[in-house]
Amino acid sequence: MNDKPEKLIDKKGIRLDGRKADELRPVKIQVGVLPNADGSAYIEHGKNKILVGVFGPREMHPKHLSQSDRMVIRCRYHMAPFSVQERKSPAPSRREVELSKVIRESLEPSVFVDLYPRTGIDIFIEVLQADGGTRCASITAASLAIADAGIPLRDLVVACAAGKIDDTVVLDLYDAEDKLGVADVPVAYMPNLNAVTLLQMDGVLSPDEFESAVNMAVEGCKKIYIMQKEVLRNKYMVVKEEAEE
Amino acid sequence: MSLLTRVKQKQIAQQIEAGKRLDGRGLTDYRELTVEEGLIERAEGSARVHLGKTEVLVGVKIENGEPFSDTPNDGVLTVNAELVPLAYPSFEPGPPDENSIELARIVDRGIRESKAIDTAKLCIEPGKKVFVVFVDIYVLNHDGNMIDASALAAVSALVNTKMPNYEIEDGEVKEKTGYSPLPLKSHPITVTIAKINDKLIVDPGIEEEQVMDARISMAINDEGNICAIQKGGAGFFSPQKILEASKLAQAKSAELRKKLDW
Repeated sequence: MNDKPEKLIDKKGIRLDGRKADELRPVKIQVGVLPNADGSAYIEHGKNKILVGVFGPREMHPKHLSQSDRMVIRCRYHMAPFSVQERKSPAPSRREVELSKVIRESLEPSVFVDLYPRTGIDIFIEVLQADGGTRCASITAASLAIADAGIPLRDLVVACAAGKIDDTVVLDLYDAEDKLGVADVPVAYMPNLNAVTLLQMDGVLSPDEFESAVNMAVEGCKKIYIMQKEVLRNKYMVVKEEAEE
Repeated sequence: MSLLTRVKQKQIAQQIEAGKRLDGRGLTDYRELTVEEGLIERAEGSARVHLGKTEVLVGVKIENGEPFSDTPNDGVLTVNAELVPLAYPSFEPGPPDENSIELARIVDRGIRESKAIDTAKLCIEPGKKVFVVFVDIYVLNHDGNMIDASALAAVSALVNTKMPNYEIEDGEVKEKTGYSPLPLKSHPITVTIAKINDKLIVDPGIEEEQVMDARISMAINDEGNICAIQKGGAGFFSPQKILEASKLAQAKSAELRKKLDW
């Protein structure tokens, strides 16, 4: 493990993977990829490959978990054993339990839960390959999967991280930058409502650096948001064309 | 949200709008804080924190163990939290649920990311043997804001921790007489801020937690830099509110730091 590069970003501001400081990795998204789920999405965010399936609104099992005035959202974030360098045990780790909770809480403000009392939805997130920033890519895909299930939303939730490598604040850290960098700030955001629904941070940032990281992450979110809407619109364009034939 | 909490929310929100809180505190006031160190003789370090009626006991145990393969020269930190069933009616026995895992991971991140423990000094034999520091958080009474109480108790317990002196004989660790303090480099303070009806309050009590939109916890190190953040709850913050919360957390952590003899 002595392959730590001397610098993560060079004098010209180019990162190890060739990106500029405020540049996103390539993002590809698809919706409606799982025949058995009510809604689904697949995202490739850099080398991250993540599949999300949504089931419901449906009756809750066990029933006592249902609530009389709202829909209950459950979420499971899970990494495939082969998704990382060293095999990960398929049993849920403490990290996965925490991420399942914060991802659920990042999506909840977007859903009109009071429209579906006594029901529940289950969001299943499977990380097939991980390369840093999986929680953000998961949120971007999960929000689309919920929309794909036909559940009314206040806005799509989109997520992206910013952070600090060497002395520079950068957008969308990949695995090596996350591990060797100074700080990582994942942010989930609803652009139309100007609402941050997930915010975490590890590493050390001065208050000023933190401010620019949050702003940079929000700008990154806005770019992915355009792709999200495009993907959803395209799906219904196809449906419309089929209906007209 | 049940009917009762909705009624309560209205009452709490109205009070906060007028700059007051149920227990008479100002919006940015902490409840009374007391820290007692070294209550558990069997543990290498311990501390009990009262934050109002919230009570958290932290015990630190130190054992020999193996380092992680990617950090062969560093000691290991392990943080665990128990929401003990006697502390609150809905705390149940059994394996840790998402709330206790989240609590432990927030405290862990504050200590780890601020590099509070000088882990390089906990190495016994590179790649083979290091000291493992177990921080066990015991919530003994839950009356809101377990996060700040637990983080304060954890760092207080680390300050109070004494490491056994040792020497190496034929590759075996032999304890010698006497103790030395655990090597610490930083003392993070975690400040939790809740949002109720677009107003920010510090150190939410249990009723405020039941009706809050969302919370944000920030760990601030000795230099006033932010070293860990966790947003929680099913609500949101505008980016402006986050920066407002960040300034508030800086100010409150500095205020708490003056009271603590770290």
